[in-house]
Amino acid sequence: MKIKITGDKIFRFSAGIIVASAAVILIASVYILTTGSTEVLQRFGLDFFMGTNWNPVEGRESFGVLPYLLGTLVTSGIALLIGVPLSLGIAIFLAEMAPKAIRVPVSYLIELLAAVPSVIFGLWGLFVLRFWVLNYIEIPVNANLGWIPIFSGTPFGLDIFTAGIILAIMIIPTVASVSREVISAVPNSIREGAYSIGATKWEVIRHWVLSYGRSGILGAIILGLGRAIGETMAVTMVIGNAVGPNAMPTSLFQPGQTLPSLIANGFLEAPTPLEKSAYIGAGLVLLLLSLLINILAHILVTRVLKVKGGAVE
Amino acid sequence: MLNSYSIRKFKNKAAYVLCLCCVVIAVVPLASILFEVIARGASQLSIQFLTSNGLEGGIGPAIQGTLILIGLTSLIGVPIGILSGVYLAEFGDNKYASTMRTINDILTEFPSIVVGITAFSIIVIGVTGSFSPLAGAIALSFMMIPIVARTTEEALKLVLNSIREASLALGAHQWKTILRVVLPAARQGLVTGTLLAVARIAGETAPILLTILGNSYFFQGFNQPMDALPLRIFLNSRQPSPEVQAQAWGAALVLILIVLALNIVVRIATKGRFKR
Repeated sequence: MKIKITGDKIFRFSAGIIVASAAVILIASVYILTTGSTEVLQRFGLDFFMGTNWNPVEGRESFGVLPYLLGTLVTSGIALLIGVPLSLGIAIFLAEMAPKAIRVPVSYLIELLAAVPSVIFGLWGLFVLRFWVLNYIEIPVNANLGWIPIFSGTPFGLDIFTAGIILAIMIIPTVASVSREVISAVPNSIREGAYSIGATKWEVIRHWVLSYGRSGILGAIILGLGRAIGETMAVTMVIGNAVGPNAMPTSLFQPGQTLPSLIANGFLEAPTPLEKSAYIGAGLVLLLLSLLINILAHILVTRVLKVKGGAVE
Repeated sequence: MLNSYSIRKFKNKAAYVLCLCCVVIAVVPLASILFEVIARGASQLSIQFLTSNGLEGGIGPAIQGTLILIGLTSLIGVPIGILSGVYLAEFGDNKYASTMRTINDILTEFPSIVVGITAFSIIVIGVTGSFSPLAGAIALSFMMIPIVARTTEEALKLVLNSIREASLALGAHQWKTILRVVLPAARQGLVTGTLLAVARIAGETAPILLTILGNSYFFQGFNQPMDALPLRIFLNSRQPSPEVQAQAWGAALVLILIVLALNIVVRIATKGRFKR
């Protein structure tokens, strides 16, 4: 039997190859980061993940990413604590409460927030938000509750807390828009059933709509977490950029460092191959963390949105 | 009984007010960012500021660099992204395609600094041997491809099947149907997706920080360091001199005008038909 080569087959085949470019980029990144960090991983092994030093001086080199890993988790945690309730409020407002006339302009404003480049968030954080946070939150809290370790230190405005706030603002559009879609995907029969037994609008939302959509909303939150973890420029500009043991996030009102900001600050200046390898290793940790989170979010979000037939994410 | 009902009604009202407050709180930073960028940036704007090089205190090289990056990145990213989207939409009901779709979605959320490291290692070290516009454009196209692929897929899915069937019934091959009938029918969606992707990459900083380095002079060649607006904002914001910091605000105004203009064009062109 002869296989006939037709234009259709060629087209389908070449598009099929092109579509794999995303996979190629992903695999290339994993490969580059793995080979690039071999040197530092071989030399320090587990200490690279558990160590707190960052000392590039030759002969006394010591690299550990623990403070930055923790810094990433703490700033992202603050972002979720502040950003998620706000996002859910916005999503509920837009999906269930807002009158039609203001629904469109408000969702447009939220989308606009997503369009602002992260470096401009950083610039605003560095010259504007920093002083709001310092004067209205950090100084009063530090004066009254400074005896609690996480509020101790001398507030300066460029620290882990400010970085967390700016991340909270930046994840709002993502979490709000995905949650809103999840809420809209809840079938109307659920709402009608609840109303028919006398529930108020808020009770319908709280006990039926939110619980029906909870795994999708969880997905939205994890998607926001992924955003927060990978965010680089805005954080780099406001976190204060501590290095070494000082970067351990012991107090919120203290300069810190996240994995992306560590790389953005030091990668190009790294003088020795070993230090460069250490930065690439930090990138590898970041990549694995982000892949894990995003795959989890992807599974949760797609599973929920597929429930509503025809609605593709 | 009546009392408990009024409590429930009160809770209902309170929830409404609370959700409205969330919206207001989220809009405050947006308003403040726009206000500060306009207020602090507008005083910087002048023909001299927009056209002279870095040594004369202008952002000409940064504007030029951003335009070059947008052009080069689109040259690489748009064809690959659109073809990927075509595959996902037209031949997308198999295991291979759904795997690729998932990988594409994951790549959309890739940490941008990791993209920078990858492009640095492959292009800056391996190919051009120096920081270059090419490396920057390739880094940015890594971010553009998944966005364009996704929006293309969604745009093609909106094209009615009857149009495809009509073309096939007239005897056109499938590839010809896709290129000559389906893609033109979806062109509004394709333009929208491309513009949104351009708006997104125009403001990206982390990938180009590691690949184009920055430069005070205008374009020097495809294998030489180059400037770009987001990079200029970042580098200037770290300088101690207030004049240099003020230039960062001027650059921010230009960048935000480019990005918002693209978003508003898209918004007007589609009138909310094409979400996200």
